[in-house]
Amino acid sequence: MQLLDISQLKKTFVAPDGSKHTVINVQSFRLAERAQVALAGESGCGKTTLLHLIAGILKPDEGCVMIAGQEMSALSEAQRDRLRATTIGYIFQTFNLLQGYTCLENVLLGMSFGPGADRVFARELLERVGLGNHLRHYPRQLSSGQQQRVAVARALANRPKLVLADEPTGNLDHKNATEALSLIRTGCQENGAALLLVSHDREVLGQFETVQAMEQINQTDATEEKKA
Amino acid sequence: MTLWLIILRSLRQHALSTVITALSIALAGGLLMSVWIVKEQSQATFTGVTGGFDAVLGARGSKLQLVLNSIFHLENSPGNVSAADYLDIKNNPNVALAIPIAVGDNYRGYRLVGTAPEMFEQVEYAPGKHYELEPGGNFFDPARKEAVAGSFVAQKMGMKLGDTFHPYHGLIFNEKDQHAETYIVVGVMKPSNTPSDRVIWIPLEGIQKMSGHDPKAATEVSAVLVKLKGSGTAGFRMDMMYNKQGNRLTFAWPIGATMADLFSKISWFDKVLELVSYLVALVATASILASIYNSMNERRREIAILRALGARRRIIFGAIILEAAAISALGMVAAFVFYWAIMTGAAVVIRAQTGIVLDPFKFNPVMLWAPAALIGLGALAGVVPAVKAYRTDVAEHLVPTS
Repeated sequence: MQLLDISQLKKTFVAPDGSKHTVINVQSFRLAERAQVALAGESGCGKTTLLHLIAGILKPDEGCVMIAGQEMSALSEAQRDRLRATTIGYIFQTFNLLQGYTCLENVLLGMSFGPGADRVFARELLERVGLGNHLRHYPRQLSSGQQQRVAVARALANRPKLVLADEPTGNLDHKNATEALSLIRTGCQENGAALLLVSHDREVLGQFETVQAMEQINQTDATEEKKA
Repeated sequence: MTLWLIILRSLRQHALSTVITALSIALAGGLLMSVWIVKEQSQATFTGVTGGFDAVLGARGSKLQLVLNSIFHLENSPGNVSAADYLDIKNNPNVALAIPIAVGDNYRGYRLVGTAPEMFEQVEYAPGKHYELEPGGNFFDPARKEAVAGSFVAQKMGMKLGDTFHPYHGLIFNEKDQHAETYIVVGVMKPSNTPSDRVIWIPLEGIQKMSGHDPKAATEVSAVLVKLKGSGTAGFRMDMMYNKQGNRLTFAWPIGATMADLFSKISWFDKVLELVSYLVALVATASILASIYNSMNERRREIAILRALGARRRIIFGAIILEAAAISALGMVAAFVFYWAIMTGAAVVIRAQTGIVLDPFKFNPVMLWAPAALIGLGALAGVVPAVKAYRTDVAEHLVPTS
């Protein structure tokens, strides 16, 4: 069964000079439940925009994004927020942890917008990513690798059906990147979540059985120009 | 819990601006409550202080001056009342009690008031309250040079039983104007929280016959404090007799109305003070708006992250409004400290000048409505930054800006 079903998705941005640039033009893209797929693409090819559209952070100009049977564009903004809080886990390249909150609070806060804060599960998740002794640490007190682990725990905290990972290893060294990727993949497997990861890192992409090139699914002005 | 966690963390993250803004609210709230309560308490106290009398008879002149001089022991005496006029009012069938007082001397700036022993024996300065002495003391013997010190004077001058002193001529202390007479302190009064605490009581004749005073005025008094029989009709008749039909004397009746007239004349001053405190409150509230609004740029990424985690716009909006209200609430807690400090200072000055005691701890409705109003205004000040937060573009602000 398909968890994510994208069709005719289009997103255009207006440049400062007034010209329009189509950044996303995806005719069709599907992701099955529990599947783990990597999208490969260079910087600026629309990877982040695509993830924002899937997460409902951005609204498409055209087309539809169906997640777990719900069409995003048919939902109100509040309903999209709710769907994002309960169904989607998001891992950012820059971690995006809240600096004024402890590791535990970062995880709990993510939960509280969804099904509700579960302190026991939050602790368990942090222990699982190896931060059981850092519950009361603030992000600034952690290394980059540790911060990304907190972000992984936060993304899995609501037991999401879909985890979106945007260059999750982009800011990490080789060792931390390998560990983080492993945590994300096993975390998703254990929680029964599908994973859609975007990256330009060949080493990361090499870990996935299914890798799709952004160029193949996203027919933008840039890709058309390249073809020509 | 989520909302409170967001608010608490935000207050902590912006601790310096939170403290400064809360302090400005505290000052404004403290000032507002102090101005209001000083005004209300002083008005109530000054119009309520009658010394246990209904009226004052004095020389022709201002009623206010007469009341201030004879009841509050402030101001100069408008002139003297002859012994015949004193006896006349004392024997008036409308009068229950007529007690003469004489002023004109001081001891190091504290006024000496000559009076008759009935002042201590028969007068209730407040319902059920007579003047009382500290243990070991006596009220003066009218035939001797004895004095009873008011509690405030005794405290300030360190007067105790058996102490002696020379009075000084006039109501303003001048070292060169010392009288030859020596008075002995035979009693120290317990605090009455009235203007009587600020004077030294001596026998009427002591003032009348003090060396250097005009011997022709030796039988005259400065004023007669009058307790009427029955209710208003007696006062009305006396008012008619002395003020409307006569032209030698002034009958200040009722005492409270004379003081109320004073307060109504200076009500513009209260209004100016009130206006100033309202303006300070408004400026302090605006400082909440400015401090949160100015921090919006650094907050936007955090707001975008919260929104990406699933926080709805209304949660973000509510968090900013509640944060503004929380800063106000913190300020209002501290406002009570400022209020207490301002009131204590004002009470000390007012007591020293008039003998009237203000009570900073006495409940006044302003203690409820001022905090409520300032917290409400604080929340209102949060609306502008909250709207800005509400409109934050999530996708644009998820990426860190260097």
